[in-house]
Amino acid sequence: MSTMWTTKLRKATVEKFEPQDILPDDQPSYVASWIYVFGVLTLASLMIIIISGLVITSKGAIWWHSSSVGHFFNSVHLWSVELFFVFMVVHLWGKFWMASWRGRRFATWATGALAFLASVATGFTGYLIQFDFDSQWIATQAKDGLNSAGIGSFFNVLNTGQAMLLHVALLPLVVGIIAVWHVILVRRRGVVPPLDAQEIAGGAK
Amino acid sequence: MSKERNVDLAKWSGPKRPYDLVKEFVIAFVVVGLLVGAMAAIFSSPDEPAVTLQQWAKQAPADFVATTTGELAGTTISASYGPPYNKAGEGLALGPLKIQKWAGVTIPINPAVDFVVDPLKFSKDATIPAALAQWNGASADQQTKWASDYAAAIEKAGGDYTKVAASDAYGPVPAMGVGLLALAQSDVLDGLLTTTVTPYPSDFTKPMLFLADGGYFDELGAAQHLHGDQWGMMNETGSYPGQSWLWLFSLWYQVEPFKSSENADIQIFALLMLLTLGFIFMPKLPFINRLPRLIPIHRLIWRRYYRENNL
Repeated sequence: MSTMWTTKLRKATVEKFEPQDILPDDQPSYVASWIYVFGVLTLASLMIIIISGLVITSKGAIWWHSSSVGHFFNSVHLWSVELFFVFMVVHLWGKFWMASWRGRRFATWATGALAFLASVATGFTGYLIQFDFDSQWIATQAKDGLNSAGIGSFFNVLNTGQAMLLHVALLPLVVGIIAVWHVILVRRRGVVPPLDAQEIAGGAK
Repeated sequence: MSKERNVDLAKWSGPKRPYDLVKEFVIAFVVVGLLVGAMAAIFSSPDEPAVTLQQWAKQAPADFVATTTGELAGTTISASYGPPYNKAGEGLALGPLKIQKWAGVTIPINPAVDFVVDPLKFSKDATIPAALAQWNGASADQQTKWASDYAAAIEKAGGDYTKVAASDAYGPVPAMGVGLLALAQSDVLDGLLTTTVTPYPSDFTKPMLFLADGGYFDELGAAQHLHGDQWGMMNETGSYPGQSWLWLFSLWYQVEPFKSSENADIQIFALLMLLTLGFIFMPKLPFINRLPRLIPIHRLIWRRYYRENNL
């Protein structure tokens, strides 16, 4: 076996996948329910969050307070976040009732849970950087909980500049990486079969 | 479900159906985009203007002066907070775990000096230099006595500093209170508290702590149904859904024993951390990981599959 790091990385990553696994044009027959749509709806919402966020980023943090176009994009950002969480929660509940962690898919579940938690943190920092009363109130309320756990010593919610950099530069990257990791795991392991599926022909031996 | 089944582990080799992932994503993107665009156009988004110290000083001058006196007396929330702002208190504790204290003072703030004394150096009021000299020349005990006595007098006068008779017993505190009020009303104080490091403000820790020490800001929050006992920061101003995903966090503040606990913040934070771990490791939790089998919602999800295979 090669000792080259490059070879090891290739074997551990790209060689694990067939082209058909990465972009399949078919799915097991049991993938036939509206619940499966909520994963892709979550991803679609995430894309709209990123696009609207980039538009706001390109014009500056306070643009939306003085421009009707800016306010519209702020609203798009807000409602895409709201839908993102609705879709993600339905997706998570669906996966729970399907016991989707079966068949060494624990990491798929865990990355989904981490994506939810990272999204909560990202959404929270977004609420901190609106430069309006909501930001002021949320920051003054949230500081006590974070301070009590020692987190406030490192992340000061009243420091809008810090919250902005976290929201725009760091946390979307974290959410993005976890989301990509999650999708790769879904593609790697495939969609979990129904409970009791072994009782019929089709399960590979 | 502790033992993995072959059918769950192996690549599916049973019947398949065409499934166009790319088309599904594009349709989802367009549908969500249209939906979000419509919601943005119809419902817009809240934009309640930020509160300034000037606004506070103009609309609630009595509350402003009373809070200023409290900062000098060391009785406000900020003045007695503890880490990460100062050592006036130890902060909250989770049993023997004094995490807040251990994290230390990383954002040093002395409210009497930072919110009152230092900004007053920029006052154009001719009486302020003498008042500051008297304040700075007094012992800490004398400063506290002046401010505490004046705070008590304001409270006795129904919170209105204008009804407190002049007295030497309050030292320079009344002049400092009125001087800071004038500074705030003239829109100077907002800038002074945010530009001590650089003229480009991005850190609003000082003005926000000062503002939150007063009753004016608190009343504005209550009017917008944002108090902790009104599900707090999960809400937004107006009738917007806010951070509804924080419901499990806000919930505990509404119920005992957390509702009346002095250490509710850290207790709820610790509980949330436990629940978070439970969420991530749910597949490993006994009984919980069997619920999907015990409550057969999966029969509904995969009903077509079960029907076609007579299961």
